[in-house]
Amino acid sequence: MINPGLSSLFIFLVFLASLLAVETKKVFRAVLFMSLAGVLTSVIFVLWKAPDVAMTEAAIGAGFTTFLFLMALNRIKGKEK
Amino acid sequence: MGHDWLSLWSYLYGPLAIFLVGLYGLLTQKNLIKMAISINIMDFGVNLFIISLGYVPSGEAPIYTEAVRRYLPSFTDPLPQALVLTAIVISVAVTAFVLALIIKIHGRYGTTDLTKLGEMEL
Amino acid sequence: MKKVIALLLFLGLLFFIGTGLEQGLKLGEHNTLSGKAGEIYLKRTVNSEDPATTPSRVGFGRETDIEENAANTVTSIVVGYRSFDTLGEVTVLFLAATGVLALFFTPGKRKRLALAKPNFILSVSSGFLLPLIILFGAYVFTHGHLTPGGGFQGGTIIAAAVLLLYMAGNAYKAPAAGLKILEGLSGAGYLLIGLAGLLLTGFFLENFLPQGKMGALFSAGIIPVVYLLIGLKVSAELSGIVSDYMGEE
Repeated sequence: MINPGLSSLFIFLVFLASLLAVETKKVFRAVLFMSLAGVLTSVIFVLWKAPDVAMTEAAIGAGFTTFLFLMALNRIKGKEK
Repeated sequence: MGHDWLSLWSYLYGPLAIFLVGLYGLLTQKNLIKMAISINIMDFGVNLFIISLGYVPSGEAPIYTEAVRRYLPSFTDPLPQALVLTAIVISVAVTAFVLALIIKIHGRYGTTDLTKLGEMEL
Repeated sequence: MKKVIALLLFLGLLFFIGTGLEQGLKLGEHNTLSGKAGEIYLKRTVNSEDPATTPSRVGFGRETDIEENAANTVTSIVVGYRSFDTLGEVTVLFLAATGVLALFFTPGKRKRLALAKPNFILSVSSGFLLPLIILFGAYVFTHGHLTPGGGFQGGTIIAAAVLLLYMAGNAYKAPAAGLKILEGLSGAGYLLIGLAGLLLTGFFLENFLPQGKMGALFSAGIIPVVYLLIGLKVSAELSGIVSDYMGEE
């Protein structure tokens, strides 16, 4: 009952977070929703018994990518004036 | 063989829908940073689908430990996990390069809007 | 108008691809490992004459003469059986880091972006946390063949430590020249190990060191050595990307 019951709930949450990331107007909120999708994807990888991939996705997909996007937003806003 | 709809959503239609949401974002958005976000969302969908092909019911992680000393037929498939490991690292390399390009475009032309860039004299 | 077309494309592709893939696929509860290539990699019988029916002689804690005696099967695939793909991936990361450096390069003295002044908790706790983070990252990439982990995960954790240094004080600049030298030497080291395998056994990237006991720290041939080099390379690379993004125009 763990799979597919619980993992279908998490997949629906990832689908919802990515839909909100694409549709929202402000760019900062979109970056935060994408980071949420990355963390939930890492949880799904743990549920599907793939620990190596879960660690890689949490460190790189949800950690480093969010830093890159926030740094890009900072450098763009700085010259917006 | 028939799958019930919960298992079909969780292993096939769910990751496919996440990939197509990313494709939809790539088609309709004009801001360059949101296009980069859509490319990352496509990566999430593809990685989820590849790992879902390797799930074996009541399986174990494919690591030999003190508790699991011999080969069991209920290990999850290690080959898709190795392929997805490479794919995640390549996605972060592409994201770093694309964002550096976007920062330089904004520094040179002053905007990150695709329609305004299309009308300008480059 | 564009959104309506994109929405129709979304729904159409969802049903078209989904029903096309649904036919012969065994998902979830019907899935078994028999007849797949992953089973051969798990039993470590890839190089035998009939890999599908050769019985497995894998035993944890014993010294056997099978190929690739690493306890973590995903590591033995990534660095052992499909090591050429990992060499390509390391090359792609190197190209991306060089491209970022080429885009952000300014001749002369580098200045860094001034962030907000760190408050009391950040500046005190970063001095305490920094050696623990680096130690944990080094643990993850040296034990890549025993537990989940490996070079890429450990390298990212160490790059997060460099980011913490950047945020904890406004005067820190990472030594970019030293990081480039470390990255280049580690990547060349991976290639030299492959060439050493070519000279000693006749196959490129062959596992030529003794395999040892499964589960010990010094086991599985060249796999710990390669993951050590990959861990150093990825940490230097991602720290270089962090220092490039933090530079000022």
